Amino acid sequence: MSSKDKVKNYILENYLFTDDQSALNDGDSFLEQGIIDSTGILEVIFFLEEEFGISVADEEMVPENLDSVNNLVKFIETKSAA
Amino acid sequence: MCGIAGIADFKGLQEGVRDVLQRMVAQLHHRGPDGTGFYADQQVGLAHARLSIIDLAGGAQPIHNETGTVQVIFNGEIFNYVELREQLIALGHTFYTHSDTEVIVHAYEQYDLDFVHHLNGQFAIAIWDSVKNKLVLCRDRVGIAPLYYSLSGQRLVFGSEVKSVLPALAAKPAVNLQALDQLMTFWAPASPNTMFEGVKELSPGCMLVMDATGVEVNRYWDWAFPTSVDQYADGSDAALAEELRDLLVSATQIRLRSDVPVGAYLSGGLDSSVLVAMIHHFSDARLRTFSIGFDAESLDETSYQQMMIDQVNADHSRVICSEADIADNFVKTIWHTESPILRTAPVPMRMLSQLVHSQDYKVVLTGEGSDEVLGGYDIFKETKIRQFWAVNQDSTFRPALLKRLYPYLDVSPGRAQQYLKNFFGGNLDEPGLPCFSHIPRWTTTAKCKEFFSSEVKASLSGDVTALMESALPNESSQWHYFNRAQYLESKSLMAGYLLSSQGDRMLMANSVEGRFPFLDHRVIEFANRLPPKLKMKALNEKYLLKNCMGGYLPDAIVNRHKQPYRAPDIPSFFAESTPQYVEDMLSEEALAKTGLFDSKRVQMLLKKIRLGRAIGYKDNMALVGILSTQVWHDLYMN
Repeated sequence: MSSKDKVKNYILENYLFTDDQSALNDGDSFLEQGIIDSTGILEVIFFLEEEFGISVADEEMVPENLDSVNNLVKFIETKSAA
Repeated sequence: MCGIAGIADFKGLQEGVRDVLQRMVAQLHHRGPDGTGFYADQQVGLAHARLSIIDLAGGAQPIHNETGTVQVIFNGEIFNYVELREQLIALGHTFYTHSDTEVIVHAYEQYDLDFVHHLNGQFAIAIWDSVKNKLVLCRDRVGIAPLYYSLSGQRLVFGSEVKSVLPALAAKPAVNLQALDQLMTFWAPASPNTMFEGVKELSPGCMLVMDATGVEVNRYWDWAFPTSVDQYADGSDAALAEELRDLLVSATQIRLRSDVPVGAYLSGGLDSSVLVAMIHHFSDARLRTFSIGFDAESLDETSYQQMMIDQVNADHSRVICSEADIADNFVKTIWHTESPILRTAPVPMRMLSQLVHSQDYKVVLTGEGSDEVLGGYDIFKETKIRQFWAVNQDSTFRPALLKRLYPYLDVSPGRAQQYLKNFFGGNLDEPGLPCFSHIPRWTTTAKCKEFFSSEVKASLSGDVTALMESALPNESSQWHYFNRAQYLESKSLMAGYLLSSQGDRMLMANSVEGRFPFLDHRVIEFANRLPPKLKMKALNEKYLLKNCMGGYLPDAIVNRHKQPYRAPDIPSFFAESTPQYVEDMLSEEALAKTGLFDSKRVQMLLKKIRLGRAIGYKDNMALVGILSTQVWHDLYMN
């Protein structure tokens, strides 16, 4: 399974409680759609660290890295390459 | 408190009414285990389950007037009955008991429907005037004593709890889906709705009058605030603080009137500590206190409780609540709440009243209402900050104040302005919205509704916030935003949940009466005239209360960071083993049977919980809401 599939399925299952892929577009903002709240972002960070073995620094906890499937995938790729 | 029930039909009651009344009042045994009383004629039947507290020998109900033409049953206490009795005797009335109930009869004779304005207390009253052919039901100003009714044609059935109304109905009520929708937004159905279709509550501060022409419900009292600056109380901080203290002392003293000993709940927070200090310093009552502690350290307030106990040398009892206790006591708790709940917090409150009962106490003073009346809640701070932020929406400093309120924002990516803006910045450009203060909370709570089945979603009638807006008094648009927030909080969460599911129902489950000095209407009416800055000075909550009572308390309690009362939610049901009833109620089969929730989504929530991934309050609220709804359905709809 690709990183994108893993991330998307994680969000669908844990925040939208569905396996309907059409329930979420890859570019949808989690915040604007009300999908994830501030404690939810912590859960997402735990997930990234567990699943992809990356460590998220304080200054990286910004919407540009975390606020959509696309942003998350890009962030994972950048971190994994580093 | 006690339990009351009754039936009225001006076309004439059918035979066997006494049996029906018997079945109705049998449902209220926990509210009044000390005896039952009945009255029935051609049109009206009344039943009463008694918890004897005042005039133990002579206070059996129904109580009547000198000629027996006015009958009354009553659940609650009239705390100013001593003074009222003297006034009524001076006006020529003859009493045959020493109970507080009898003052209601004579006050009604004297003042007709205005009698209620003379009462200081917590009450649900039914008066049958067989001369005027009029039935009067009324409920206290803020909703401490419950009262439900169902009207079908000209037949009215009423009772202290819905379960006492059910035996007199022709058919079992259906689930009120609109009420479920409201509960999953406001924590309780919007008054007068209940979870039972066709059964309403008599709203706090309201009176229902029934005669041969029909039924009319009118509000006789409501929370009211100044509509212009010159209406706020005038005086120095010190003078207003002294006035507040005098009122609170009086409110406490009359609530110690009882022919059985009175105890007090002590949580370790400011309000219950103030109450305990007032009893200690301003009465001769022996101090007997009760508290709850939690296994989970983050929820436990034992060290603060102990500080206060040491200071006043109280005789104290404590019960410890574990996660397993929550799971074990959950179903019976829902039987008492008669309503789904979104947090498990009522469960330990029932354990606490069990402790009181086991120590042979029937009455406790408790601190509810202080936060609403004197401005203590975080939602008021949040509103103040959001209003402050709305003035300059581009400011980064202004919303950063929210971090003082919600320290977790510091550990989450709070440095990003967009996060704060998304969580708390909704409607910043409309700070004058009637429900501005409560929109963030209601929006968050409403996430639970994503679990509704598609059938339920399709049947819902729309914007519940509009419903709450339409219930605001016309003049509320001229109130200060802080007062509007107080009104919304008092009418929705306090009356609908705190005084009900977490209050009266948990107390009466073990035949214990709660008394609430902060909800004395004289205190409320005085506090409602205080300038908002004296309730919350900058972000210092309950400023005037601290000012007037702080000297009687340990500094550590006055200055502590306010801790909301919480109990463990998800871990109670999933930390170690999961009780069989939880598995059963949340099974695909059970969910399909009730049809209320989308089974597939619920299974995904359960999977998330079992993987240990559910840590947020939304997941906690959804799980407790779904489970309690399923349990409620099983108890009352099957």
